[in-house]
Order: sequence, then structure tokens, then C-alpha cells
Amino acid sequence: MPLSPQEVLHVARLARLRLDPEELERMRSQLSAILDHIAMLQEVDVSGVPPTAQVTNLVTVLRPDEVTEELSREAALANAPDQRDGMFRVRAVFDE
Amino acid sequence: MPEYISTIGLEIHAQVRTASKMFDGCSADYAGSPPNSRVSVVSLGLPGALPVVNARAIEYAALSGLALNCTVNQRSIFSRKSYPYPDLPKGFQITQYDEPLCSDGWIEIRLASGATRRIGIERLHIEEDTGRLIHADDGSSLIDYNRSGVPLMEIVTRPDIATPEEARLTFEKIRQILVWIGVNSGNLEEGALRCDANVSVRPAGQAAYGAKVEIKNINSFRFVERALAFEIQRQIAVLEAGGVVTQETRGWDEFRGETVGQRSKEYAHDYRYFPEPDIPPLVLSAEWIAARRAELPELPDARRARFESGYALSPQDADLLTLERPIADYFEAAVAAAQAVGGTPKDVANWVLNEGFRLLKERNEPAVRLVERMPVAHLAALIDLVARGAINRNVAKQVFEASFDSGADPARLVAEQGLTQISDSAALASVAREVIAANPRVVAEYRGGKTSAIQYLVGQMMRATRGQANPQLARELLEAALAAEQ
Repeated sequence: MPLSPQEVLHVARLARLRLDPEELERMRSQLSAILDHIAMLQEVDVSGVPPTAQVTNLVTVLRPDEVTEELSREAALANAPDQRDGMFRVRAVFDE
Repeated sequence: MPEYISTIGLEIHAQVRTASKMFDGCSADYAGSPPNSRVSVVSLGLPGALPVVNARAIEYAALSGLALNCTVNQRSIFSRKSYPYPDLPKGFQITQYDEPLCSDGWIEIRLASGATRRIGIERLHIEEDTGRLIHADDGSSLIDYNRSGVPLMEIVTRPDIATPEEARLTFEKIRQILVWIGVNSGNLEEGALRCDANVSVRPAGQAAYGAKVEIKNINSFRFVERALAFEIQRQIAVLEAGGVVTQETRGWDEFRGETVGQRSKEYAHDYRYFPEPDIPPLVLSAEWIAARRAELPELPDARRARFESGYALSPQDADLLTLERPIADYFEAAVAAAQAVGGTPKDVANWVLNEGFRLLKERNEPAVRLVERMPVAHLAALIDLVARGAINRNVAKQVFEASFDSGADPARLVAEQGLTQISDSAALASVAREVIAANPRVVAEYRGGKTSAIQYLVGQMMRATRGQANPQLARELLEAALAAEQ
């Protein structure tokens, strides 16, 4: 099932990516191929298999409510591309 | 104009009072901290960081669910909700979606009319708070991640709320309960408790709900009521003009007193929830849930009912005395102390509500300050002084205020300032004769049949004794003297 250009543009927007027409076409064909490949899983009969998002078999992993680790401001901001007044600086964000 | 029915549901976000954040061990106490000083690899969303659930946050959220009459689910899971703004650096928020921690509860609100209404609670789930965005003067945005990852409970009501008043009462009741059980600070100004409201309007008789409008970030009880009242009228006006209400998100602009459309269409939400792979399912035993239930204190509504029946208080007094748990505890301790010296619960209620709350209001202090201002022992000492006849009520009010302000023991104040009530008949009888001699006109009125004139003479006796005369005795002596001289 090939993806439509609109679907690819929607995914690109959600990922905050801008695609030119040539990139759009390349992504459309590559993403479609990936989805087709994954779609093979649909052929497996999974009735009776509970959905799972975990493979560790762990449950209820908790930690006590204690203050144990903090980064210094310097370390926190060390890799920030831009900063001001001890804060991360980014392009303007509007409320919703 | 047809009648319209409004339908309201609330989403309340409440920070959980933990020491550390929801998924890592950095401090959740961010208020007053320099920007980005309460952060870790998890709250900054650095690659490879592993979130681990805060046990106390789960305990408190379960306790909250129980206090809201919810079922605590033995199994719940965490999910990722896509979030495109940089105040959460991971690009998603860890929350709960299809399997929340608590579901199907209710609260009861009491309307101004005295009627009660039950409001359903659809769910209570755990999530993480976002960081703080500051819009800088140069057009950029600055981010402080201290709040990022602070534990939040989202409490979603059912659309059972019919009026702005009911919405405010619901928000207030949920706040009262959360603060009462100690899981939330109740501080709306600091954002520890926030409210979004969904509201739709439809003509009476129409079964289908109207389009739902969400009002975001209402940060006071008053604003909830005002924003909803405005929004309901706005939607009715749209319908009356033959228009169609659009489903959208609006913000409350307090300055303009209006809800304002936000640019929600351009940024249509696409949350793409999926199960959080880094956090195993939360499985709680029936024993664990029973242990939380056992920790639950007597809740405000139950306490109010007990105050009414056990202490013979009016519903209004019982309500005021159970708004906050420290005050309710204080009241009960004071009742026990007062009863030991012959006082009644009603005496204590009167002192707390009339004098105590009045002084707190005058001095612009919160109600809980009464506990320190007027310790139980001091209130009991004052009630004892009145019960023994050592001071009269008027003097007692002055002593209450002096003790409230200075922190001094009322008994000491009375002794030091010589405020003891004069109950010496001989001394007061001579004052009575002086007052009668000085007020011949009033005495004539009294003798002419206007018996209420004696009140004036009693007042003059109180004045002559700087308020210390036993008013009952003063009156008796005046009556006797007036009868004798006739």
C-alpha cells in the first residue's frame, strides 16, 4: 500500500521536517516499502496472544521518594546550542 | 428564546507533594530555585536516561483516588503522549492513557441553596509536569526545566456539571480533599493546582450534546465561574444568531473578561499515544490497596456531619470548621480542653468563628494561622475565665484579641492588667447609686414604664468600671436600687 504524498507531509510535519518535492517522493517510496515489509506481520495469527509493550516480564519497578541525583546548572546547560540567564534559549514558542 | 442546557466537565491537574520528581531523583521543590538547578538526565530528556517511578507518588495518587471514591486499578500502565513543545524536552509526555491508576469515582458538592449534587469522577491518572517557558523580549523563548518531571495527577470529572457555580464548587471540593489528605499544597497561585474546563450548550429538548469548547489554564476559583459564565453566554449568542459553535480550545483572558480562541486548528493535536516501553506495568496487590485505604483519614464531609451531630453545630458552622483539616483538628482539641473547664463546643465554635476568623481576616492571615496565634491552651484558659465569672464577655473579647496579637496567656493578661470582673455587690451597688443620681431623665423614663431604659444605665455602669462589672449583677443591683428609691 503506497503512502499518499499528503500522508508523508503529515508525518513530516509531526517530526518538524521540511521536505522538498524530490525528498518527499523519495521518502514516500522508502516509507511505503518499510510499511509493506512490516505489514507481513499481519499475516501471523495472533488471536489468543495478549498485546504486549514489554519483554522484560518486570512489573512495578519503583524507587523510594528520595532526592538522589541532580546535575549542576553548568552541566545541564553545557551542551545547549543557545542559552541566556541560565535558561535554554529556543525559537519563540507560542502558546498552543 | 429557547432554554439552553449547559454541560461542563473539568480536568484538574494537581502536583503531588513528593520530595523528588516523578521518574527520577532530582528535587521536586523547584519554587524559588534558580532556573535549571533542579534537573537530571531524566528531567532533561537526555538520550539513554531511564525513568523509574516514584513510589510515594503512586501511594499519594492511589490515596487521592480512594478519597474521590474511585476504584484503584490493580493493573495500570504508562504511555507516551506526543508533545511538540520544548517545555518537555523528550518530545513526549509520560502519562497514563487507556489503563489509568484510578477510575469511576464521585464527589458531592453542596450548592448555595443547601442542595447537594453528586459529580462523577471518570479517572485519575499519573503524569509528569512540563518545564516553564518564558517568552523573552527578543522574540526567543527561554526554558527552565526545574518543573519538568514534577509528579502530576490529572483528575477528570464526568460531564455532570450543569452550571458555573457547580464547576467552582467541584474544583473547590477536589482541592479541599487533596489538601486535606496531604497530597497537594492547594496553592493555585504557584500552579500546584490547575483547571481546564470543557463546556457545551444545547437547546433544551435536544438530546445530542453541542460542540465542546475547552477552556485552558484557569488558575482561580473565581475565574472558573467567570470564564464558564462568559463562555456559555457566548455559545448561546452564537446559536441564537443561527451560527454553529466550533469545537476549539480557548483561553481565559482575565484582563478582558473573555475567553479567546487559540490557534488550535493550525496545530491540530495528534497525540499518538503508545505504551511507554521503559516503564513496566504497575501491578498493585489488593493488600497494598487496602493498606492505602486504611491510611485514609476521616474526610471533610464525614467530619462536617460528625461536627453537626456530635457537637450540635449549625451546618454553616460545621462547614466553616471543616474547610481545612488543621482547623478541624484545632477545633476538636479546643473542645476537649474547653469541656474540661466547663465550656461547650458551641462556645469554642463561637470564639473560633467570630473572634478568631474576624481577627485573621483583619490581619490578612490564612485560617490555619489561628492554631499558632491562639493555641488550644490559651483558648481553653479564656473559656475558663468566662465560665468562672472572672471576666465578662466584653472583656473576654479584648483579652482574646490581646492574646491573639501578643501570644500571651489570657490568664496572665487578666491578672497583669487588672481586668478581673467586679462581682463585689457592695462596690457595684455604690456605682449603681452614682449612675442613678447622674441620669435622672433616664431614671424617669424607666419609672414611667420604659423598662428597656435600664440597658442604658447598665452601659453607664460598665463604662464607669472600664467594662469590668459583672453585667448581670449590675442589672440586678440597678433594679433593686431603683425599686428601693421609689
